[in-house]
Amino acid sequence: MPSLAHALLEAFGLIAAGDATLGRIVALSLAVSLSAVVLATALGLPLGAAIAVGRFPGRRVLIIVLNALMGLPPVVVGLVVYLLLSRAGPLGELGLLFTPPAMVIAQTILIMPIIAALCRQAVEDAWLEYEEQLRSLGSSGLHAALTLVWDIRFSLVTVVLAGLGRALAEVGAVIIVGGNIDGVTRVMTTTIALETSKGDLPLALSLGLVLIALVVLLNATAQLIKEAAQRRYG
Amino acid sequence: MTASAARILPLALCDVRFAAGGRELIDGVSTEIGAGPATIILGANGAGKSVLMRLMHGLLQPTSGAIAWQSADTERVRRGQAMVFQRPVMLRRSVLANVLYALDLARVPAAEREHQALDALREVGLAEVARRPARVLSGGEQQRLALARAWALHPEVLFLDEPTANLDPSATREIETVIKAFDASGTKIVMATHNLGQARRLGDEVLFIHQGRLVERAPVDEFFRQPSSAEAAAFIRGELPWF
Repeated sequence: MPSLAHALLEAFGLIAAGDATLGRIVALSLAVSLSAVVLATALGLPLGAAIAVGRFPGRRVLIIVLNALMGLPPVVVGLVVYLLLSRAGPLGELGLLFTPPAMVIAQTILIMPIIAALCRQAVEDAWLEYEEQLRSLGSSGLHAALTLVWDIRFSLVTVVLAGLGRALAEVGAVIIVGGNIDGVTRVMTTTIALETSKGDLPLALSLGLVLIALVVLLNATAQLIKEAAQRRYG
Repeated sequence: MTASAARILPLALCDVRFAAGGRELIDGVSTEIGAGPATIILGANGAGKSVLMRLMHGLLQPTSGAIAWQSADTERVRRGQAMVFQRPVMLRRSVLANVLYALDLARVPAAEREHQALDALREVGLAEVARRPARVLSGGEQQRLALARAWALHPEVLFLDEPTANLDPSATREIETVIKAFDASGTKIVMATHNLGQARRLGDEVLFIHQGRLVERAPVDEFFRQPSSAEAAAFIRGELPWF
Protein backbone atom coordinates (compact mmCIF):
# COMPACT_ATOMS: atom_id res chain seq x y z
CA MET A 1 0.00 0.00 0.00
CA PRO A 2 1.75 3.17 -1.13
CA SER A 3 1.75 6.09 1.25
CA LEU A 4 -0.34 9.21 0.60
CA ALA A 5 2.83 11.22 0.09
CA HIS A 6 4.09 8.77 -2.47
CA ALA A 7 0.78 8.76 -4.35
CA LEU A 8 0.67 12.55 -4.27
CA LEU A 9 4.16 12.79 -5.72
CA GLU A 10 3.27 10.47 -8.59
CA ALA A 11 0.03 12.36 -9.11
CA PHE A 12 1.87 15.66 -9.55
CA GLY A 13 4.19 13.89 -11.95
CA LEU A 14 1.26 12.80 -14.12
CA ILE A 15 -0.26 16.28 -14.11
CA ALA A 16 3.11 17.94 -14.86
CA ALA A 17 3.77 15.53 -17.73
CA GLY A 18 0.48 16.55 -19.33
CA ASP A 19 -0.64 12.92 -19.57
CA ALA A 20 -2.85 12.52 -22.66
CA THR A 21 -5.33 10.12 -21.06
CA LEU A 22 -5.67 12.45 -18.12
CA GLY A 23 -6.30 15.37 -20.51
CA ARG A 24 -9.03 13.50 -22.40
CA ILE A 25 -10.81 12.54 -19.20
CA VAL A 26 -10.70 16.10 -17.85
CA ALA A 27 -11.92 17.53 -21.17
CA LEU A 28 -14.88 15.12 -21.33
CA SER A 29 -15.80 15.89 -17.72
CA LEU A 30 -15.89 19.60 -18.48
CA ALA A 31 -17.79 19.14 -21.74
CA VAL A 32 -20.49 16.99 -20.14
CA SER A 33 -20.96 19.05 -16.98
CA LEU A 34 -20.81 22.47 -18.67
CA SER A 35 -23.35 21.31 -21.29
CA ALA A 36 -25.62 20.10 -18.51
CA VAL A 37 -25.25 23.42 -16.68
CA VAL A 38 -26.12 25.39 -19.81
CA LEU A 39 -29.24 23.28 -20.42
CA ALA A 40 -30.29 23.25 -16.77
CA THR A 41 -29.81 27.02 -16.55
CA ALA A 42 -31.85 27.63 -19.70
CA LEU A 43 -34.68 25.54 -18.25
CA GLY A 44 -34.28 26.22 -14.54
CA LEU A 45 -33.99 30.00 -14.40
CA PRO A 46 -37.25 30.75 -16.29
CA LEU A 47 -39.04 27.99 -14.36
CA GLY A 48 -37.83 29.28 -10.98
CA ALA A 49 -38.66 32.89 -11.87
CA ALA A 50 -42.13 31.96 -13.13
CA ILE A 51 -42.92 30.11 -9.89
CA ALA A 52 -41.58 33.05 -7.86
CA VAL A 53 -43.77 35.64 -9.56
CA GLY A 54 -46.79 33.49 -10.45
CA ARG A 55 -49.81 32.83 -8.25
CA PHE A 56 -51.56 29.60 -9.14
CA PRO A 57 -53.15 26.61 -7.38
CA GLY A 58 -50.62 24.05 -6.26
CA ARG A 59 -47.81 26.57 -6.08
CA ARG A 60 -46.80 25.68 -2.53
CA VAL A 61 -46.74 21.98 -3.33
CA LEU A 62 -44.63 22.69 -6.39
CA ILE A 63 -42.14 24.70 -4.33
CA ILE A 64 -41.86 21.88 -1.77
CA VAL A 65 -41.36 19.32 -4.53
CA LEU A 66 -38.78 21.49 -6.28
CA ASN A 67 -36.86 22.04 -3.04
CA ALA A 68 -36.99 18.31 -2.32
CA LEU A 69 -35.67 17.51 -5.80
CA MET A 70 -32.47 19.39 -4.93
CA GLY A 71 -31.62 16.30 -2.96
CA LEU A 72 -32.23 13.85 -5.82
CA PRO A 73 -29.85 10.90 -5.43
CA PRO A 74 -27.65 10.79 -8.55
CA VAL A 75 -27.85 7.00 -8.80
CA VAL A 76 -31.64 7.16 -8.92
CA VAL A 77 -31.53 9.76 -11.70
CA GLY A 78 -29.01 7.55 -13.48
CA LEU A 79 -31.24 4.53 -13.11
CA VAL A 80 -34.33 6.32 -14.46
CA VAL A 81 -32.45 7.77 -17.43
CA TYR A 82 -30.92 4.33 -18.00
CA LEU A 83 -34.38 2.76 -18.16
CA LEU A 84 -35.60 5.49 -20.51
CA LEU A 85 -32.65 5.16 -22.87
CA SER A 86 -32.09 1.41 -22.74
CA ARG A 87 -32.87 -0.57 -25.86
CA ALA A 88 -36.29 -1.64 -24.54
CA GLY A 89 -37.05 1.80 -23.07
CA PRO A 90 -39.31 4.46 -24.60
CA LEU A 91 -36.31 6.43 -25.91
CA GLY A 92 -34.23 3.38 -26.78
CA GLU A 93 -34.41 4.05 -30.51
CA LEU A 94 -32.25 7.13 -30.08
CA GLY A 95 -29.32 4.88 -29.23
CA LEU A 96 -27.98 7.32 -26.65
CA LEU A 97 -27.19 4.93 -23.82
CA PHE A 98 -23.47 4.80 -22.95
CA THR A 99 -22.75 8.01 -24.88
CA PRO A 100 -21.81 11.48 -23.57
CA PRO A 101 -25.26 12.90 -24.53
CA ALA A 102 -26.86 10.41 -22.14
CA MET A 103 -24.57 11.74 -19.39
CA VAL A 104 -25.57 15.30 -20.24
CA ILE A 105 -29.27 14.36 -20.01
CA ALA A 106 -28.80 12.72 -16.62
CA GLN A 107 -26.83 15.62 -15.17
CA THR A 108 -29.32 18.14 -16.55
CA ILE A 109 -32.15 16.35 -14.75
CA LEU A 110 -30.03 16.23 -11.62
CA ILE A 111 -29.13 19.93 -11.42
CA MET A 112 -32.12 21.62 -13.05
CA PRO A 113 -34.11 21.45 -9.77
CA ILE A 114 -31.17 22.95 -7.88
CA ILE A 115 -30.97 25.92 -10.23
CA ALA A 116 -34.76 26.35 -10.40
CA ALA A 117 -35.27 26.13 -6.63
CA LEU A 118 -32.46 28.53 -5.73
CA CYS A 119 -33.52 30.92 -8.51
CA ARG A 120 -37.11 30.78 -7.25
CA GLN A 121 -35.99 31.89 -3.80
CA ALA A 122 -33.73 34.68 -5.10
CA VAL A 123 -36.36 36.05 -7.48
CA GLU A 124 -39.05 35.88 -4.82
CA ASP A 125 -36.90 37.93 -2.45
CA ALA A 126 -36.29 40.51 -5.18
CA TRP A 127 -40.00 40.55 -6.08
CA LEU A 128 -40.78 41.83 -2.57
CA GLU A 129 -38.64 44.87 -3.26
CA TYR A 130 -39.63 45.45 -6.91
CA GLU A 131 -43.27 44.39 -7.05
CA GLU A 132 -45.01 47.73 -6.53
CA GLN A 133 -42.66 49.60 -8.84
CA LEU A 134 -42.94 47.04 -11.62
CA ARG A 135 -46.70 46.74 -11.33
CA SER A 136 -46.97 50.52 -11.34
CA LEU A 137 -45.00 50.60 -14.59
CA GLY A 138 -47.27 47.88 -16.01
CA SER A 139 -44.95 44.88 -15.77
CA SER A 140 -46.33 41.62 -14.42
CA GLY A 141 -46.22 37.88 -15.06
CA LEU A 142 -43.54 36.61 -17.38
CA HIS A 143 -42.31 40.11 -18.24
CA ALA A 144 -41.74 40.89 -14.57
CA ALA A 145 -40.08 37.50 -14.03
CA LEU A 146 -37.58 38.11 -16.83
CA THR A 147 -36.92 41.66 -15.60
CA LEU A 148 -36.10 40.29 -12.15
CA VAL A 149 -33.87 37.51 -13.47
CA TRP A 150 -31.85 40.04 -15.43
CA ASP A 151 -31.70 42.45 -12.51
CA ILE A 152 -30.41 39.89 -10.01
CA ARG A 153 -28.11 38.26 -12.58
CA PHE A 154 -25.08 38.67 -10.32
CA SER A 155 -26.72 36.73 -7.51
CA LEU A 156 -27.80 34.06 -9.97
CA VAL A 157 -24.17 33.41 -10.84
CA THR A 158 -23.89 31.70 -7.46
CA VAL A 159 -27.00 29.66 -8.24
CA VAL A 160 -25.49 28.42 -11.49
CA LEU A 161 -22.22 27.64 -9.71
CA ALA A 162 -24.10 25.47 -7.23
CA GLY A 163 -25.41 23.48 -10.18
CA LEU A 164 -21.98 23.24 -11.77
CA GLY A 165 -20.42 22.02 -8.54
CA ARG A 166 -23.01 19.29 -8.22
CA ALA A 167 -22.57 18.21 -11.86
CA LEU A 168 -18.77 18.02 -11.73
CA ALA A 169 -18.76 16.18 -8.43
CA GLU A 170 -21.41 13.52 -9.00
CA VAL A 171 -20.50 10.01 -10.02
CA GLY A 172 -23.65 7.94 -9.58
CA ALA A 173 -25.63 9.16 -12.58
CA VAL A 174 -22.85 9.30 -15.16
CA ILE A 175 -21.44 5.90 -14.28
CA ILE A 176 -24.84 4.25 -14.86
CA VAL A 177 -25.84 5.97 -18.10
CA GLY A 178 -22.29 6.43 -19.42
CA GLY A 179 -20.95 3.02 -18.48
CA ASN A 180 -17.45 4.36 -17.75
CA ILE A 181 -16.17 3.22 -21.16
CA ASP A 182 -12.48 3.95 -21.62
CA GLY A 183 -11.96 6.80 -24.08
CA VAL A 184 -15.70 7.28 -24.65
CA THR A 185 -17.61 8.02 -21.46
CA ARG A 186 -14.92 7.99 -18.81
CA VAL A 187 -14.94 11.19 -16.78
CA MET A 188 -12.98 12.31 -13.72
CA THR A 189 -15.29 11.01 -11.03
CA THR A 190 -15.94 7.64 -12.65
CA THR A 191 -12.22 7.18 -13.24
CA ILE A 192 -11.43 8.01 -9.65
CA ALA A 193 -13.93 5.40 -8.50
CA LEU A 194 -12.56 2.79 -10.90
CA GLU A 195 -8.85 3.42 -10.34
CA THR A 196 -9.27 3.46 -6.59
CA SER A 197 -10.89 0.04 -6.68
CA LYS A 198 -8.14 -1.17 -9.03
CA GLY A 199 -5.50 0.22 -6.70
CA ASP A 200 -4.03 2.82 -9.10
CA LEU A 201 -4.01 5.49 -6.47
CA PRO A 202 -1.68 8.00 -8.20
CA LEU A 203 -4.02 8.35 -11.21
CA ALA A 204 -7.08 8.52 -8.94
CA LEU A 205 -5.43 11.08 -6.73
CA SER A 206 -4.16 13.21 -9.61
CA LEU A 207 -7.67 13.31 -11.05
CA GLY A 208 -8.98 14.27 -7.64
CA LEU A 209 -6.53 17.13 -7.46
CA VAL A 210 -7.41 18.32 -10.96
CA LEU A 211 -11.11 18.10 -10.13
CA ILE A 212 -10.74 20.22 -7.00
CA ALA A 213 -8.47 22.70 -8.78
CA LEU A 214 -10.98 23.06 -11.62
CA VAL A 215 -13.87 23.67 -9.26
CA VAL A 216 -11.87 26.31 -7.41
CA LEU A 217 -10.76 27.93 -10.67
CA LEU A 218 -14.27 28.08 -12.13
CA ASN A 219 -15.67 29.51 -8.91
CA ALA A 220 -12.90 32.08 -8.59
CA THR A 221 -13.41 33.25 -12.17
CA ALA A 222 -17.15 33.54 -11.70
CA GLN A 223 -16.69 35.41 -8.43
CA LEU A 224 -14.23 37.88 -9.99
CA ILE A 225 -16.57 38.55 -12.92
CA LYS A 226 -19.46 38.97 -10.52
CA GLU A 227 -17.57 41.41 -8.30
CA ALA A 228 -16.38 43.48 -11.25
CA ALA A 229 -19.88 43.65 -12.69
CA GLN A 230 -21.35 44.52 -9.30
CA ARG A 231 -18.92 47.40 -8.88
CA ARG A 232 -19.90 48.57 -12.33
CA TYR A 233 -23.69 48.29 -12.00
CA GLY A 234 -24.26 48.65 -8.27
CA MET B 1 -63.04 61.46 -29.43
CA THR B 2 -63.34 64.78 -27.63
CA ALA B 3 -60.67 66.04 -25.30
CA SER B 4 -62.75 65.45 -22.20
CA ALA B 5 -63.62 61.91 -23.22
CA ALA B 6 -59.92 61.18 -23.53
CA ARG B 7 -59.21 62.12 -19.93
CA ILE B 8 -59.20 59.59 -17.14
CA LEU B 9 -59.97 62.09 -14.36
CA PRO B 10 -61.96 62.60 -12.26
CA LEU B 11 -61.38 59.66 -9.96
CA ALA B 12 -64.32 58.79 -7.72
CA LEU B 13 -64.00 56.88 -4.44
CA CYS B 14 -67.24 55.59 -2.95
CA ASP B 15 -67.21 54.28 0.63
CA VAL B 16 -63.82 52.65 0.07
CA ARG B 17 -62.68 50.28 2.78
CA PHE B 18 -59.49 48.30 3.06
CA ALA B 19 -58.71 45.83 5.81
CA ALA B 20 -55.55 43.83 6.38
CA GLY B 21 -54.55 41.68 9.31
CA GLY B 22 -57.90 42.30 10.99
CA ARG B 23 -57.42 46.07 11.00
CA GLU B 24 -59.42 48.61 9.02
CA LEU B 25 -56.63 50.62 7.41
CA ILE B 26 -59.04 52.63 5.26
CA ASP B 27 -62.42 53.09 6.83
CA GLY B 28 -65.10 54.33 4.44
CA VAL B 29 -63.50 57.04 2.33
CA SER B 30 -65.70 58.77 -0.24
CA THR B 31 -64.31 61.61 -2.30
CA GLU B 32 -63.58 62.75 -5.81
CA ILE B 33 -60.17 63.67 -7.21
CA GLY B 34 -60.55 66.05 -10.12
CA ALA B 35 -58.11 67.61 -12.57
CA GLY B 36 -56.49 70.86 -11.52
CA PRO B 37 -55.38 71.57 -7.97
CA ALA B 38 -52.39 69.74 -6.54
CA THR B 39 -53.83 67.45 -3.90
CA ILE B 40 -51.92 66.72 -0.72
CA ILE B 41 -52.88 63.69 1.33
CA LEU B 42 -51.84 64.73 4.79
CA GLY B 43 -51.77 62.74 7.98
CA ALA B 44 -49.59 61.20 10.65
CA ASN B 45 -47.52 58.08 10.06
CA GLY B 46 -49.87 55.11 9.99
CA ALA B 47 -52.95 57.22 9.20
CA GLY B 48 -53.47 55.36 5.93
CA LYS B 49 -52.07 57.85 3.39
CA SER B 50 -49.93 55.33 1.53
CA VAL B 51 -52.65 52.71 1.53
CA LEU B 52 -55.19 55.20 0.19
CA MET B 53 -52.82 56.21 -2.58
CA ARG B 54 -52.10 52.57 -3.50
CA LEU B 55 -55.84 51.95 -3.70
CA MET B 56 -56.22 54.93 -6.05
CA HIS B 57 -53.29 53.79 -8.19
CA GLY B 58 -54.67 50.24 -8.37
CA LEU B 59 -51.82 48.50 -6.54
CA LEU B 60 -54.32 47.41 -3.87
CA GLN B 61 -57.92 46.34 -4.30
CA PRO B 62 -60.46 47.70 -1.80
CA THR B 63 -62.09 45.23 0.58
CA SER B 64 -65.38 46.97 -0.21
CA GLY B 65 -66.53 50.12 -1.94
CA ALA B 66 -65.78 51.37 -5.43
CA ILE B 67 -62.92 53.24 -7.09
CA ALA B 68 -63.77 54.46 -10.57
CA TRP B 69 -62.00 56.61 -13.11
CA GLN B 70 -64.04 58.56 -15.62
CA SER B 71 -62.63 56.48 -18.43
CA ALA B 72 -63.69 52.85 -18.57
CA ASP B 73 -60.75 51.97 -20.83
CA THR B 74 -58.48 50.09 -18.42
CA GLU B 75 -55.39 50.33 -20.62
CA ARG B 76 -55.86 54.07 -20.98
CA VAL B 77 -56.40 54.40 -17.21
CA ARG B 78 -53.22 52.45 -16.50
CA ARG B 79 -51.10 54.54 -18.84
CA GLY B 80 -52.68 57.77 -17.65
CA GLN B 81 -51.04 57.46 -14.23
CA ALA B 82 -47.61 57.06 -12.74
CA MET B 83 -46.34 56.71 -9.20
CA VAL B 84 -43.16 57.73 -7.42
CA PHE B 85 -42.46 55.80 -4.22
CA GLN B 86 -40.73 56.75 -1.00
CA ARG B 87 -37.85 54.45 -1.88
CA PRO B 88 -37.19 54.48 -5.61
CA VAL B 89 -36.51 51.05 -7.12
CA MET B 90 -33.93 51.30 -9.89
CA LEU B 91 -33.10 48.45 -12.22
CA ARG B 92 -29.45 47.38 -12.56
CA ARG B 93 -28.97 49.09 -15.87
CA SER B 94 -28.12 52.58 -17.04
CA VAL B 95 -30.04 55.69 -16.05
CA LEU B 96 -31.30 56.01 -19.62
CA ALA B 97 -32.26 52.32 -19.81
CA ASN B 98 -34.39 52.72 -16.68
CA VAL B 99 -36.47 55.37 -18.44
CA LEU B 100 -36.55 53.38 -21.69
CA TYR B 101 -37.85 50.37 -19.76
CA ALA B 102 -40.89 52.37 -18.64
CA LEU B 103 -41.48 53.75 -22.14
CA ASP B 104 -41.32 50.26 -23.59
CA LEU B 105 -44.00 49.09 -21.14
CA ALA B 106 -46.11 52.11 -22.07
CA ARG B 107 -45.88 50.96 -25.72
CA VAL B 108 -44.18 54.14 -26.89
CA PRO B 109 -42.91 53.48 -30.45
CA ALA B 110 -39.25 52.43 -30.36
CA ALA B 111 -38.13 55.30 -32.59
CA GLU B 112 -39.43 57.91 -30.14
CA ARG B 113 -38.27 56.34 -26.89
CA GLU B 114 -34.71 57.61 -26.67
CA HIS B 115 -35.67 61.15 -27.59
CA GLN B 116 -38.48 61.16 -25.03
CA ALA B 117 -36.28 59.62 -22.34
CA LEU B 118 -33.47 62.12 -22.82
CA ASP B 119 -35.98 64.97 -22.69
CA ALA B 120 -37.22 63.70 -19.35
CA LEU B 121 -33.67 63.30 -18.00
CA ARG B 122 -32.87 66.88 -19.04
CA GLU B 123 -35.98 68.04 -17.22
CA VAL B 124 -34.70 66.62 -13.91
CA GLY B 125 -31.06 67.52 -14.56
CA LEU B 126 -29.75 64.00 -15.10
CA ALA B 127 -28.93 64.17 -18.83
CA GLU B 128 -25.20 64.24 -18.01
CA VAL B 129 -25.32 60.88 -16.26
CA ALA B 130 -27.66 59.13 -18.72
CA ARG B 131 -25.13 56.37 -19.45
CA ARG B 132 -24.15 55.70 -15.85
CA PRO B 133 -25.58 52.75 -13.92
CA ALA B 134 -28.70 53.87 -12.06
CA ARG B 135 -27.85 52.06 -8.84
CA VAL B 136 -24.69 54.07 -8.22
CA LEU B 137 -26.57 57.40 -8.15
CA SER B 138 -27.15 59.11 -4.81
CA GLY B 139 -30.53 58.81 -3.11
CA GLY B 140 -31.61 62.24 -4.31
CA GLU B 141 -30.50 61.51 -7.86
CA GLN B 142 -32.32 58.17 -7.83
CA GLN B 143 -35.50 59.93 -6.75
CA ARG B 144 -35.06 62.47 -9.56
CA LEU B 145 -34.60 59.55 -11.93
CA ALA B 146 -37.87 58.10 -10.62
CA LEU B 147 -39.47 61.44 -11.46
CA ALA B 148 -37.89 61.43 -14.93
CA ARG B 149 -39.23 57.93 -15.49
CA ALA B 150 -42.68 59.25 -14.62
CA TRP B 151 -42.18 62.45 -16.64
CA ALA B 152 -41.30 60.52 -19.80
CA LEU B 153 -44.67 58.77 -19.58
CA HIS B 154 -46.56 62.11 -19.64
CA PRO B 155 -49.12 60.85 -17.15
CA GLU B 156 -52.35 62.68 -16.53
CA VAL B 157 -52.04 61.90 -12.80
CA LEU B 158 -48.84 61.56 -10.82
CA PHE B 159 -49.01 59.88 -7.41
CA LEU B 160 -46.15 60.65 -5.03
CA ASP B 161 -45.77 58.73 -1.77
CA GLU B 162 -43.58 60.72 0.63
CA PRO B 163 -41.03 61.27 -2.15
CA THR B 164 -38.60 63.23 0.01
CA ALA B 165 -38.92 61.35 3.32
CA ASN B 166 -35.45 59.80 2.98
CA LEU B 167 -33.68 62.83 1.52
CA ASP B 168 -31.59 65.70 2.88
CA PRO B 169 -32.82 69.30 2.55
CA SER B 170 -30.98 70.16 -0.66
CA ALA B 171 -32.12 66.98 -2.43
CA THR B 172 -35.62 67.69 -1.12
CA ARG B 173 -35.55 71.15 -2.72
CA GLU B 174 -34.51 69.65 -6.06
CA ILE B 175 -37.33 67.12 -5.92
CA GLU B 176 -39.86 69.80 -5.02
CA THR B 177 -38.71 71.90 -7.98
CA VAL B 178 -39.38 68.99 -10.33
CA ILE B 179 -42.78 68.34 -8.74
CA LYS B 180 -43.68 72.01 -9.28
CA ALA B 181 -42.67 71.68 -12.94
CA PHE B 182 -44.94 68.64 -13.23
CA ASP B 183 -47.76 70.67 -11.72
CA ALA B 184 -47.09 73.60 -14.08
CA SER B 185 -47.13 71.28 -17.09
CA GLY B 186 -50.71 70.31 -16.29
CA THR B 187 -50.13 66.94 -14.62
CA LYS B 188 -52.45 66.32 -11.71
CA ILE B 189 -50.37 65.92 -8.54
CA VAL B 190 -51.57 63.65 -5.74
CA MET B 191 -48.95 63.53 -3.00
CA ALA B 192 -48.88 61.90 0.42
CA THR B 193 -46.78 63.62 3.03
CA HIS B 194 -46.64 64.24 6.76
CA ASN B 195 -44.45 67.30 6.21
CA LEU B 196 -46.52 70.42 6.80
CA GLY B 197 -44.03 72.76 5.11
CA GLN B 198 -44.01 70.62 2.00
CA ALA B 199 -47.81 70.48 1.96
CA ARG B 200 -47.90 74.29 2.03
CA ARG B 201 -45.19 74.67 -0.64
CA LEU B 202 -46.61 72.20 -3.15
CA GLY B 203 -50.29 71.78 -2.42
CA ASP B 204 -53.44 73.55 -3.51
CA GLU B 205 -55.79 71.45 -1.43
CA VAL B 206 -55.44 69.08 1.50
CA LEU B 207 -57.14 65.76 2.21
CA PHE B 208 -56.52 65.14 5.89
CA ILE B 209 -56.53 61.45 6.86
CA HIS B 210 -56.81 60.30 10.45
CA GLN B 211 -57.02 56.63 11.44
CA GLY B 212 -58.10 55.56 7.97
CA ARG B 213 -60.88 58.11 7.67
CA LEU B 214 -61.03 61.25 5.52
CA VAL B 215 -61.57 63.81 8.23
CA GLU B 216 -61.25 67.04 6.32
CA ARG B 217 -60.81 68.37 2.81
CA ALA B 218 -59.99 72.03 2.29
CA PRO B 219 -57.88 74.45 0.24
CA VAL B 220 -54.36 74.63 1.66
CA ASP B 221 -54.60 78.19 3.04
CA GLU B 222 -57.89 77.53 4.73
CA PHE B 223 -56.73 74.19 6.12
CA PHE B 224 -53.73 75.71 7.84
CA ARG B 225 -55.47 78.93 8.90
CA GLN B 226 -58.62 77.42 10.25
CA PRO B 227 -58.86 73.61 10.28
CA SER B 228 -62.46 72.56 10.83
CA SER B 229 -61.73 69.30 12.64
CA ALA B 230 -60.16 68.90 16.04
CA GLU B 231 -57.82 66.15 14.72
CA ALA B 232 -56.46 68.40 11.97
CA ALA B 233 -56.02 71.27 14.38
CA ALA B 234 -54.11 68.99 16.74
CA PHE B 235 -51.97 67.64 13.90
CA ILE B 236 -51.05 71.14 12.78
CA ARG B 237 -50.14 72.11 16.31
CA GLY B 238 -47.94 69.03 16.36
CA GLU B 239 -49.87 67.45 19.16
CA LEU B 240 -51.06 64.38 17.35
CA PRO B 241 -49.42 61.25 18.72
CA TRP B 242 -46.96 59.74 16.25
CA PHE B 243 -47.22 56.05 15.70
